[in-house]
Amino acid sequence: MQTIVYILPELFLSVTIMTLLMIGVFIKNSFKMVNLLTLLSLIFAIVLVLNQTGEIVKIFNESYIIDSLAIFMKVLTLLFCLFVLLSSKDYIKFNGIDKIEYPIIILASTLGMIIMISSYDLIIFYLGLELQSLSLYILASFKREDERSTEAGLKYFILSALASGLLLYGCSLIYGFTGSTNFQIISTNLSAENTGAVFGIVFIIVGIAFKVSAVPFHMWTPDVYEGSPTSVTSFFALIPKIAAITVFIRFMYVPFINVISQWQIIIIFLSIASMILGAVAAIGQNNIKRLMAYSSIGHMGYALAGLATGTNEGIQSTIIYLTIYLVMNLGAFSCIFMMKRENIFYENINDLSGLSKNHPMLAFSFLIILFSLAGIPPLAGFFAKFYIFMAVIENKMYTLAIIGLVTTVVSAFYYLRIIKIIYFDKPKKAFAESYDWGLKTSLILSSVLILIYFAYPTMLTNVVSSIIIY
Amino acid sequence: MNFPILSAIIFIPLIGALFIFITRGEQKNVEKNSKYVAIFSSLANLFLSLLLWYSFDNTTSNFQFIEEKDWMAGYINFQLGIDGISILFVLLTTFIAPVCIFSGIRSIKFKIKEFLIAILVMETLMLGVFCSLDLVIFYLFFEGGLIPMFLIIGIWGGPKRVYSAFKFFLFTLLGSVLMLVAIISIYWITGTTDIIKLLDTRITQEYQYLLWLAFFSSFAVKLPMWPVHTWLPDAHVEAPTAGSVVLAAILLKMAGYGFMRFSLGLFPLASDYFTPLIFALSIIAIIYTSLVALMQDDMKKLIAYSSVAHMGFVTLGIFSITQQGLEGSIIQMISHGLISSALFLCVGVVYDRYQSRMISSYGGLVNIMPKYAFVFMIFTLAALGLPGTSGFVGEFLVLVGVFQKNVLVAVLASLGVILAAAYMLWLYRRVIFGRIASSEIKDMKDLDKTEIYIFASLVFLILFFGVYPEPLFNTIDVSVSNLINNYQTDLNFYVVQKNN
Repeated sequence: MQTIVYILPELFLSVTIMTLLMIGVFIKNSFKMVNLLTLLSLIFAIVLVLNQTGEIVKIFNESYIIDSLAIFMKVLTLLFCLFVLLSSKDYIKFNGIDKIEYPIIILASTLGMIIMISSYDLIIFYLGLELQSLSLYILASFKREDERSTEAGLKYFILSALASGLLLYGCSLIYGFTGSTNFQIISTNLSAENTGAVFGIVFIIVGIAFKVSAVPFHMWTPDVYEGSPTSVTSFFALIPKIAAITVFIRFMYVPFINVISQWQIIIIFLSIASMILGAVAAIGQNNIKRLMAYSSIGHMGYALAGLATGTNEGIQSTIIYLTIYLVMNLGAFSCIFMMKRENIFYENINDLSGLSKNHPMLAFSFLIILFSLAGIPPLAGFFAKFYIFMAVIENKMYTLAIIGLVTTVVSAFYYLRIIKIIYFDKPKKAFAESYDWGLKTSLILSSVLILIYFAYPTMLTNVVSSIIIY
Repeated sequence: MNFPILSAIIFIPLIGALFIFITRGEQKNVEKNSKYVAIFSSLANLFLSLLLWYSFDNTTSNFQFIEEKDWMAGYINFQLGIDGISILFVLLTTFIAPVCIFSGIRSIKFKIKEFLIAILVMETLMLGVFCSLDLVIFYLFFEGGLIPMFLIIGIWGGPKRVYSAFKFFLFTLLGSVLMLVAIISIYWITGTTDIIKLLDTRITQEYQYLLWLAFFSSFAVKLPMWPVHTWLPDAHVEAPTAGSVVLAAILLKMAGYGFMRFSLGLFPLASDYFTPLIFALSIIAIIYTSLVALMQDDMKKLIAYSSVAHMGFVTLGIFSITQQGLEGSIIQMISHGLISSALFLCVGVVYDRYQSRMISSYGGLVNIMPKYAFVFMIFTLAALGLPGTSGFVGEFLVLVGVFQKNVLVAVLASLGVILAAAYMLWLYRRVIFGRIASSEIKDMKDLDKTEIYIFASLVFLILFFGVYPEPLFNTIDVSVSNLINNYQTDLNFYVVQKNN
C-alpha cells in the first residue's frame, strides 16, 4: 500500500477522468463545468507531482520510476496542458467543439503521457503510449463535420498505428534477445554483438522518432497539424513532444546506453535530416499551421542533437531546449488563436498582413516569439540552441554543430517572412479585439519569459542541472 | 569609483526605450513625449560617456571600469570593461545616436514612436558590443543588433526595402553563426570565454587557423570586405537616413573592433599567417569598389561603395601590426564614422525635399542652397582625405604603417586615395555645380536650424580632429602598443616552440 503514495497523481487523474465522464453524461450542457473541473484537476495534479521528492523511487517490481526527470517532465506536461486548454477556450467555443469529451480526452491522453514518462518497463511504456495515442486519434478528428479534420484523424491513426506496431515489434525483439522487459535488466544483458537486440533498438527508435516527428518519419505532421482544429494542433505541437522526448531519453540512456556506438549515428542522422527538412520545407508554406509543423520538425532536430551526444550535459541541454520550445510554441499558437474576425479563425499567413498597424502589441509579441524561434539573441530561443551546441561541441561533433547552425540561418528566412508580412506589408482589416483572459495570459506570459530569459539564464539551468540520468 | 558607469551607459537608452514603449494616450502627445525621452536619454548618455572619457586613465593598457556579475552559473560571467581601443567607439556611438534621433524626428513620417525605440535599443546593443569582456556577451550584443536594424530597414526603408532587409539579415547571420561555433569551441579548449583571461592564454596552434577563419567569416561580412560586401549597398540605399547613419558609422566598426580585439589578440599566429589574404582582399576592396563607386547614379550607393573602400584601409592598417597602422585604423574608423554619417545626412537632406537619390535629378544646388553646398563641400573633402580633416590623419597613418610592411600594397592602396578624390569630386560637381536640373528643385529650401546644428557639430569634430588629433592618440596610444607587444611576444613564442 505504501507504493500507492508514489502514483497519487496518476490515480487522481484516472479518478477525475471517470468522475468527469459521469458528470458529463448525467448533467446536461455541462461543458463549462467539466472544462473548469479539468483545469482545476490539472492544477491539483501539478501540486501532487511537485509534492514528490526528487529521490529515485522504483515501484511495482521496478517497472515504474519516479525521479527528477520524471517529475520535471510531468510538471511540464500538466502545466502546458493547462495553458493549451486556457488559450484555446475561445477557439473551442466558436468552432463547435465545446463538447464534454474534449477536455476529458485531453486529460486521458495526458494521463497516458505521464505513465510513459515514468515507465521503466517495456510493457508499462506501451500501455501509456497506447492510452496517449488512442486519445490523440480522437482529438485529431474531433471536428467531425469537417473533412480535413476527419482526414487528419484517419491519417494520423493509420500511420501512428504502423509506428506503434514497429515499436512493439522492437520491444518484442529486445525482450526476446535480452530476456526481460525491465530497463535495468535489459541494460545489463545488452551488448553490441547482440544483433537481434540491435535490430530491436532500431525499430524502437523508428517508433519514437515517429512520435516526435523526426525526419524521415515526419510525413504525417504537416497534414495532421493543418487538418486538425487549431486547438488540437497546439496540443499536438506541445504536449506529446514532452513525453516522446522523455521516453527517447529514457530508452537511449537506461536500457541502451551500453550500445551507444550502435544508435548514436542513427540519432545524428535523424537530427541532421530534421534540421534540414524543417528549415527548407517551411519556406514555401502559406498556411501558418503547416508552417508551424515544419518548424516543430526542425526544432525536434535540435533537441535530438543534444540527445545524440551521449552525455548528461547533452540530455540537460535537450531538456532546456524542450522547455524553451514549449514556451515559444505556446506563444506562437496563442498568436494564431488571436487571428479571429467575426468569430472566424484565419490560418493563412497573408491574413497577418499589416498586423503591426492594427494590433501593435500583438504584433510585437509575435515579433519576439518569431525571432526567438529563429534563435536570434538575446531572446530565449538563442539560449536553447546555445546549450545544445555547447553540449554538441564539447563532444567534438563539429559537423553536426555547423550543419545545425547553418540551418538556423535558412530557417530564419521563413520566420522573417512572417515578420515581413506583419510589419512591412499593407494592413488588412483588423482582427477582433476581445480576447479571452486565458489567451491573453498565455501570450503575455510566454513573450515576457522569452524576452527576459537572458537576464536570469540560471533560473532554468539550476532546475535542470539536478536531472542526472546515469 | 563604484558607480557602475558602463552599465549605466549601456542601459540608459534601453530604459528610455522602455519609457517610450509604455507611454499611452493621444497620438500627438505620445509622439511629442517619445521625442523628448529619446533626445534626453541619448544626450544624457553622451554626457555620461564624455565623463567616462574624462575619468579614463590613459597611462595603462589594462581594462578599466570593470564590472562583473554572475550570469550563467559558474561558467560565463557578465563582464564589462573598456580600454583605450574601445572607449573611442563608445564615444562615437553615443555621439552618433543623438544625431540619428534628431535626423529621424525630422524625416520619419510614420510610427515615430517605434522608430525611436528601435534606435535606442540599437544604441544599447552597439554599446554592449564595445564594452563586453566576455565572448558570449559580445556575441549576444553583436547578433542582437540584427533585430532592430532589420526592422529599421524594413519598416522605414525605400521601395526595395524587403529585399535589402532580408539580404542584410541573412548575410550577417550566416557569417556570425560560424563565430558562435568558434566561441563555444574556445570555451571547451581553454575553459573560459572571459576576454581578459583569454588574452593571456595561448591557444594551441592546431586550432588557431580554424578559429581565426570562423571569426573572420563573421567580421568580413560585417565590415564588409570584398567579395561579401554586396549586402551593404542594398542595405544603405534602402535604409532611411538614420538607419544608414547607424549602419555606416557604427555597425561596420564592430567588425573592425572585432578584428583588433579578437583576431589579433587571440590568434596572433593565424593572423600572421593570413595577413596576405587580408591584404589582397583589402586592396581589391579599395580599388575595385572605388571604381564601382565611380559608376553609380545613386548618391547613397556611391557613398556605400566608398565605405567599403574606406574600410579596406582599416583592415590594411590593422593587419600591418605597426603602431602607426593600428592607430591609423582606429582614427580612420572614427573619422569614417563621422564623415560617412555626415554624407548620408547630406543625401537625406535633399531626399527629404525632393524624394530622389539620383545624381541626375540634381544640379546647380549651389545657387539654391548655398549653406548646404558649403557643408557638403567640407564633407566631400574630408571623405577624399584632404589634409586638415580627420580623413587625412587616418589614411595617412595607415599608409605609413603598411609601407613598413609591404611597399607594393602601400602603393596600390594609395591609388585608392586618388580614386576617392575622383568619385567624390565628380559627385560634388554633378550635384552642386552645373545647370539647375529641373524647375522643381528651385523650390527646395536651404538647411534649417536643426540641420545646421547637426552639421555644425559634425564639421567641428571632423576639422578639430583633422587639425588636432592629439586627444585621440593619447587615449589609444598605450593600449595599441600593448596590443602590438603582446602580439609580437606571442608570435615569437610560437616560433620558438616550432623550432624546438
